[in-house]
Amino acid sequence: MRNYIYLSVVFPLIGFLINGLLGRKFKSEKVSGAIGSGAIGLSLIVIIGAFIQTLGLPVEERSIIVSLFDWIKVGGLSVSVAYQVDQLSLVMALVVTGVGFLIHIYSIGYMHGDKGFWRFFAYLNLFIFAMMNLILANNFVLMFLGWEGVGLCSYLLIGFWYDRKFEKSTTSDAAKKAFVVNRIGDFGFLIGMFLIFLNFGSLNFAQVFAKAGIGNIPESTFNIIAICLFIGATGKSAQIPLFVWLPDAMAGPTPVSALIHAATMVTAGVYMVARCSIIFASAPMALGVVAVIGLLTAFFAATIGLVQNDIKKVLAYSTVSQLGYMFLALGMGAFSAGIFHVVTHAFFKALLFLGAGSVIHGMHDEQNIQKYGNLKKYMPITSKTFLIAAIAISGIPPFAGFFSKDEILWEAYAKGGMLFWVVGIMTALFTAFYMFRLYILTFEGKERFDSHSVHPHESPKLMTIPLSILAVLSIVGGFIGLPAIFAGEHGNLFHTWLEPIFSPATQKLFSGAEHSHFEEILLMVLSVIGASASIFLARYMYLQKTEVAAKISAKFQSMYKVLFNKYYVDEFYQSAIINPIYAVSDKFLWKIADIKIIDGLLNGLASLVDKSSTFIRRVQTGLVQFYAFIMFAGILIALIWLMRSF
Amino acid sequence: MENHLLSILLAIPLVGAALILFLPKDKESLIRWTGFVVTIVAFLVSLFVLYKFKPAFPLFQMIDQMLWINTLHTYYAVGIDGISLPLVILTTFLMPLTMISSWKSIKKKVREFTFFMLLLEVGMIGVFISLDMFLFYIFWEFMLIPMYFIIGIWGGEQRIYASLKFFIYTMAGSLLMLVAIIFIGFYATEKLGYFTTLVTHFYTIGPELPVTISRWLFLAFTISFAIKVPLFPFHTWLPDAHVQAPTAGSVILAGVLLKMGTYGMIRFSIPIFPESAKYFAPYVSALAVIGIIYGALVAMVQKDMKKLVAYSSVAHLGFVVLGIFSFTVEGMQGAVLQMVNHGLSTGALFLLVGIVYERTHTREISEYGGIAKITPVFSTLFLIVCLSSIGLPGLNGFIGEFLILLGAFQSAVLGSWAFSIIASSGVIFAAVYLLWMYQRVVFGPVKNEKLLKLKDVTVLEFSIISIIVLFIVWIGVYPTTFLNWSDATVTNYIMKSLRQIGGIVN
Repeated sequence: MRNYIYLSVVFPLIGFLINGLLGRKFKSEKVSGAIGSGAIGLSLIVIIGAFIQTLGLPVEERSIIVSLFDWIKVGGLSVSVAYQVDQLSLVMALVVTGVGFLIHIYSIGYMHGDKGFWRFFAYLNLFIFAMMNLILANNFVLMFLGWEGVGLCSYLLIGFWYDRKFEKSTTSDAAKKAFVVNRIGDFGFLIGMFLIFLNFGSLNFAQVFAKAGIGNIPESTFNIIAICLFIGATGKSAQIPLFVWLPDAMAGPTPVSALIHAATMVTAGVYMVARCSIIFASAPMALGVVAVIGLLTAFFAATIGLVQNDIKKVLAYSTVSQLGYMFLALGMGAFSAGIFHVVTHAFFKALLFLGAGSVIHGMHDEQNIQKYGNLKKYMPITSKTFLIAAIAISGIPPFAGFFSKDEILWEAYAKGGMLFWVVGIMTALFTAFYMFRLYILTFEGKERFDSHSVHPHESPKLMTIPLSILAVLSIVGGFIGLPAIFAGEHGNLFHTWLEPIFSPATQKLFSGAEHSHFEEILLMVLSVIGASASIFLARYMYLQKTEVAAKISAKFQSMYKVLFNKYYVDEFYQSAIINPIYAVSDKFLWKIADIKIIDGLLNGLASLVDKSSTFIRRVQTGLVQFYAFIMFAGILIALIWLMRSF
Repeated sequence: MENHLLSILLAIPLVGAALILFLPKDKESLIRWTGFVVTIVAFLVSLFVLYKFKPAFPLFQMIDQMLWINTLHTYYAVGIDGISLPLVILTTFLMPLTMISSWKSIKKKVREFTFFMLLLEVGMIGVFISLDMFLFYIFWEFMLIPMYFIIGIWGGEQRIYASLKFFIYTMAGSLLMLVAIIFIGFYATEKLGYFTTLVTHFYTIGPELPVTISRWLFLAFTISFAIKVPLFPFHTWLPDAHVQAPTAGSVILAGVLLKMGTYGMIRFSIPIFPESAKYFAPYVSALAVIGIIYGALVAMVQKDMKKLVAYSSVAHLGFVVLGIFSFTVEGMQGAVLQMVNHGLSTGALFLLVGIVYERTHTREISEYGGIAKITPVFSTLFLIVCLSSIGLPGLNGFIGEFLILLGAFQSAVLGSWAFSIIASSGVIFAAVYLLWMYQRVVFGPVKNEKLLKLKDVTVLEFSIISIIVLFIVWIGVYPTTFLNWSDATVTNYIMKSLRQIGGIVN
């Protein structure tokens, strides 16, 4: 099956082409939805097949390359459309096609009645196509194709309702912002590729990583390369300073937020860094940057999440924050812990977004959680699954999020030290708090909507079944990565599986200083206690003593305002970067440099020629007497000149 | 016959143009069809040239040569190699498309229009296949005349200013080149005993020129080409010419004419003056990089769609020049491919702008908005073409730009990463100005009520753009087809150039 891995890329492409070219003519949601979801279903089958086959193989045979054709072959550059099937790409592909398939099914229900139904499925399929290229690519250039391709789909889907307003502007503004900010990151990726080609003479993973492992290239080079690649990752995975596009990306339909802006695309940066683990492991400074940026992003995004009132905004900042965790893990050299969190996060965050979608669907597009309340009465399945996801992300055992998050916190403590752990655990406490604030304001307490005009209802089965499946995954998904101290002799299964991929990098980084199990368990207990306390605090503030929350926000008004306005980062970028560039381009480059100076000089030259010839023309008066006079004067001057020389 | 294949290709539009003159003026549809058929025949013949072309042979082939002006030892000499081939095909490919696209938009003096278009094709093909400097110069100058009339007669309100500016500006540049050609011709007289303008002779004589002379002559050639490209700061004729030209004129202008400048740099500036080219490479590249950023920033603030596309050309051609002066196989291959890419993408952009302009008679971006609902097919095609111009991987623009930037990055001649890094930031700005324009035209609510009656593309328009889109995708997905044409030629070209400038081989 794994020799046919390209089929998992081709099916979504076919789905895209059919819906994209003919969807308008089908005029049938059933046909479009079936084609769109079916394509991903087929991909999923291919990936599952390849996965099972690979499981059965001995470790050294688990990685192969399936080549299709030469893509760009010029001079020293030779890259193919070729797919790398190995432990890492299979894990990612399973998540993308698995979660992707569920979200496709869900979308049939969610997008019901939308005029652009077929277009929606065409874009979703195109997204999976690009994402699969990103994951399966065996070289940087093909990965970059997927990388920019998912960015395009993100653009198309954020602006899907292109004539709608979104906050102060429009959905298409949000879409453009996403694309442009991502391009800033891609610029880093590009430069990284050029540097790699210059130093390694190739852009194929196999050659590059083999050479990187030998280590005759200076550390400083590795640092520059890794930083450039990481700039790319900060764009795609919404890290400081390029995270600003992700909250705005919520302008898109909610299944899009779930699939692209939570579960899959935004983790591409994490995947890329993990894929290049050997480069990052050879670049200690860059690795430190990754860790610090990840930690800071996790923390700041979580603080913003504390006070947002838009259900999707809360989840968006939560996503930014969780992605920060993943980078923190990578920065600690705990690559498989980072990927583990990608997987569990995909389950519970997709579930949260789809749950939010179900709520928005049932509440006639209302997104303000202050206008919800007691929805569990009307939406039993949505509320239960949402609660499961909230518990999972809060890090309560044995739900999925507990294992992956705790592993990251442990790595932060073991490799980064106390400070990393403290900031990490505070982020976790904030997370548990805002998640339960969200849950309680939405599903519990008093109804704060006008029940005469709004009639909340549970969503159709097409939507609730994917919710239930994701809920199950959010509960048990963590067991694949059960820590070694619990798992016994087999150790951490997830780590063992990925070990061959990351071992060159981890060998370079660590020489086996182990901390005691006692510390690990102690920290685990502490974090569980902390998370539980946060949950109870949220219950207290938003369910039992509802006036407390208002009092606190009144007391810390200025801080509340800063958080509510997201630290004014958008405003800062607008006035410090965007406006000046526009003003200089318009007022100076175009209206002065181009029109006045360059063109003015040219027209000046032309008019100079014009004027001087008008002047010289006067010599030609047409009067014979004048000519005779000039002739006479000329002869005279000539004579005088000649006589002088005697 | 094979020996004369290129001459036949050259003769077809010429004979066609003569034929048009004999057709009665009022039979407009007959004239249009004749013009179209002639360009199609030329296209088919160029495909035959492609079929006969041997890509593995790195030098000129299909040479057709005969003595023309005896006293000057000037030849009628034509031939083709892997660098000119793609440009010839691009020309013959775009011509029929522009011919059909102007069936509706050109209403007055159809006969004259068709006549000038065919003459233009003669000039363009001639420029790309000439192997004698004198012949090249004649085609180079000759081309200005039909273009002058096309802008001046069928153009917009300020067409006279624009066409005159175009004419004088390019003319001024090429006079410099003429002086340089004659100079080298006389220099050859000393060396070879007879006056000559054969390109192959120039290739052997040029590198032996004394350094100071070579520098000046390089500048004379290169400035004349730089005006045509146009390289910053010689670009101000372009926005005027584009805005005033009719759609067909803009398509040919952007699609083919600008490439004559970059082609000239490849064909003449570097091989005739390799040492000087190396000396000036950082300066020329610096102008190219400034053009990339400057063109993009100025494009961003334009209010007229055509002007925006015109400034974007300054940026795109900057990439091509950067690739050429990188002296690397990657950069040069990227440049050759990017010339074709720009012809397709920008040609299509002008066609698309023309399509809506015909319906609304405005190109002001602010007059549009929300047409996605009204004209979905147009909007989709428009998006694909914009993305191609932005350089999205999977479409043509990416391959060219990537190769150019990769080449420039490792270039020993340029000697600095800075060129490539600054140029790479151009990809960000390209996304800004094109997507912003796209958004303001296509997305959002419909503000202008006139737009509600806007008709989507006709079958004919759809076919024209789709054919271009087909190639946009083809080049993006499987560029090998096209890279193969020029592979051997470019590799040999770069090896030779590097040997001449002192053997810096990467």
